[in-house]
Amino acid sequence: MKFLKDIVDKLKPTFSEGGKLSMFHSVFDGFETFLFVPNSTSKRVGSQIHDAIDSKRTMIMVVIALMPAMLFGMYNVGYQHFLAIGEDAGFWSKFFFGFLAVLPYILVSYIVGLGIEFTVAQIKKEEIAEGFLVTGILIPLIIPINTPLWMVAVATAFAVIFAKEVFGGTGYNIFNVALITRAFLFFAYPTAMSGDKVWVRTEGTWGWSNGHNVVDSFTGATPLGQIGTSTSATPAFTDILGNPLGFWDGFLGLIPGSVGETCTLAILIGAVILIATGVASWKITLSVFVGGALTALAFNLWGPDTAIANLPWYNHLVLGGFAFGAVFMATDPVTAARTETGKWIYGFLIGVIAVVTRVLNPGYPEGMMLAILFMNIFGCLIDYYVVQANIKRRLKRATSK
Amino acid sequence: MNKRIKLKKGLDIAIEGKAAETIGSNPQSEVFTVVPDHFVGITPKVTVKVGDKVKAGTPLFHDKKCAEMNFVSPVSGEVLSVNRGERRKVLGIAIKADAQQEYEDFGKTDVNTTSKEDLISLLLRAGLWYTIKQRPYDVIANPAVMPKAVFVSAFDSAPLAPNYEFIAHGKTHYLQAAINVFAKISGKPVELGLKYGSASTDFRMLHNVNLTEYEGPHPAGNVGVQIHQISPVNKGEVVWTVNLQDLLLIGKLICDGRTNMTRLVALTGPNAYEKQYYMVKYGSNASNILRGNIHREVTSRIVCGNVLSGYQISEDEVLSPYTNQITVLDEGNDTHELLGWIMPRFNKFSMSNTYLTNIFRKICPNMHYEFDARLLGGRRAIIMSGEYDKVLPMDIYVEYLIKAMIAGNLDRMEALGAYEIAPEDVALCEFVCTSKMPLQAIVRKALDNMKSELE
Repeated sequence: MKFLKDIVDKLKPTFSEGGKLSMFHSVFDGFETFLFVPNSTSKRVGSQIHDAIDSKRTMIMVVIALMPAMLFGMYNVGYQHFLAIGEDAGFWSKFFFGFLAVLPYILVSYIVGLGIEFTVAQIKKEEIAEGFLVTGILIPLIIPINTPLWMVAVATAFAVIFAKEVFGGTGYNIFNVALITRAFLFFAYPTAMSGDKVWVRTEGTWGWSNGHNVVDSFTGATPLGQIGTSTSATPAFTDILGNPLGFWDGFLGLIPGSVGETCTLAILIGAVILIATGVASWKITLSVFVGGALTALAFNLWGPDTAIANLPWYNHLVLGGFAFGAVFMATDPVTAARTETGKWIYGFLIGVIAVVTRVLNPGYPEGMMLAILFMNIFGCLIDYYVVQANIKRRLKRATSK
Repeated sequence: MNKRIKLKKGLDIAIEGKAAETIGSNPQSEVFTVVPDHFVGITPKVTVKVGDKVKAGTPLFHDKKCAEMNFVSPVSGEVLSVNRGERRKVLGIAIKADAQQEYEDFGKTDVNTTSKEDLISLLLRAGLWYTIKQRPYDVIANPAVMPKAVFVSAFDSAPLAPNYEFIAHGKTHYLQAAINVFAKISGKPVELGLKYGSASTDFRMLHNVNLTEYEGPHPAGNVGVQIHQISPVNKGEVVWTVNLQDLLLIGKLICDGRTNMTRLVALTGPNAYEKQYYMVKYGSNASNILRGNIHREVTSRIVCGNVLSGYQISEDEVLSPYTNQITVLDEGNDTHELLGWIMPRFNKFSMSNTYLTNIFRKICPNMHYEFDARLLGGRRAIIMSGEYDKVLPMDIYVEYLIKAMIAGNLDRMEALGAYEIAPEDVALCEFVCTSKMPLQAIVRKALDNMKSELE
């Protein structure tokens, strides 16, 4: 530790104002505070001690909570690949295949996103905010595994610049940055983001397992995709070989889909971490699930006679991005409702809109992304009315005497 | 049976170094300095010259806007100097104390037979008006506007706070006299906030008061929180607040006819040696208490007040006239913790469950944590929501109020409850803030701004 401190102290003048590399001051500062807790002390006036929590620790908790979903997602990429080419492979082969397939997305997202963050922080002469630590890992987990890397780079750059930096950076953005990345991909390159060719890596990765043909019965559509385009009214879905699947398959997640979204179990482990540490609001997560379940139930009972409307309500919660969105996306404190009452309403409406989009919109089999982005706008409005009620209470108190 | 209010929101911070309930002996200053800046919201007009002889209670200066409001000498002696800074701002008036103390005689007062106006005039003349603060704005009360109620909190719930029961023990007749004064001025009993379950009967014997017992963690003892529960400040209303020790000073003026600005100050905190109470007369130097009483192995931070709402002082600074407590703790500026964002850091205190504090507090309530003056993180924009609301038992959306204050939006500040709040009320919010926002400074600046715009 002493050794590290010496290196940092030795390098510091070079990166400080007037030093040769002062143009990288923010980056240096970012790495220094990453290594050592900053030792700046309280001002003369104001609280003289502070809680040990800071923005770095908060963000890292989210990254840790994402690990189960990410690791399972990697395994699932390999699993689907070997299933598609009809080859047996061991656990580690599947995992490393997926690992190698997912890694480039993580690198691209971090390099592009952090590059922009570092540059902007330096231009504004501010400290680097940690928001992108989370965004950078979310992006690879919410896209199909066959998305071209350059598209991810373009979309990430777009989202970081236009959804975050132009508003003032972390803490000021209206929309969830990771979801804007996905929405950009979805609307700019629809063919790369939907259909039944994009969800399963049928090609090899980095020269490994190249040139295989997929088995004859292969179909790469996600369960929601299958149900959404189904011509019958029975909500049946199968794996990529055509074997029928049920609720527990959706829950355990060995199904095609975006990298991190398939395994509800892994996502729930993340939810437990987020809620136990208090980083995410349990009110939002719970109310998203309740809103989605009730809406799906209503469609089950009184909805149109289509496959997606007949999909049992509990299946809605484990298929597609519903659970992932409820746990990791809707709970982003910056873009969610900020009042406690508002959080209930905000989450509930996300659940409702997600299922309504799935059932009633024939264009999109998935509704979670749009539901959360839509509610990002209305979060402020919900808060406005909650705060306004407080203001009215205060006015009433003043005039009632 | 007294009214009882249970407050759930808040946080008790387990920091080491409570003061023992004994009174230590400490050297007394020869030179006393009165610092006009200690009296928030006034502009001093000095009325003495260098070389003048003064008694304890002789006016040194008065407020420019309210000439009746005197600020008096705490001791008898000779004016040594009037120190001025930039633009002739008065920094301090130094008085060399006589060996034999003489007091201005204001005469013993019988509250029952004295009119409200005469009582107000007495407090103004005798230089004790500064002890009365008002909400809104948390400044020295305007003597021209009468309050709808007077509030006194009979306990301090802040970390390592002095025990008011110890301080007031045996002095209840002074308390009663002061309470009678305020009951007469406001025309109704004084609102007194007690700690629920406290054994002492001293406060329970008082007359002319409405007793309310408060149960719950800090800031239950903050007078602002108590006002909010009983009689919140609406637009156009004024509430006065007086600290319990200041009531004793007023009581002494009524009973003895003298201005005596001596109070008990508790020396507390992990880096202080003789942690107990000391007699301090306003204007004397903090070094009288601190010399030989601070750990020297590490750099210490000396805080006038408690660790949440106090302010940093140097070792030989004059303590503010409202001081009840000094806290000494590690500065921490030479601490370099490795990878703080992921380490368990068992010895750190946090409200957040990303640390184990909340579990430790259940298993082992007496555990102490390491504190120092570091921010323990970088300044960020507000990211987390709902943090402030967890530690402020008021029906106020603090985050929205703070944002209105930063934006300088007066209408919105008013609508969101700025009249009810003082900087000390958001001190805990500032402590728990993930983004390390300087909330108390924001509130102070906004209230000053509001006062100058609206009055």
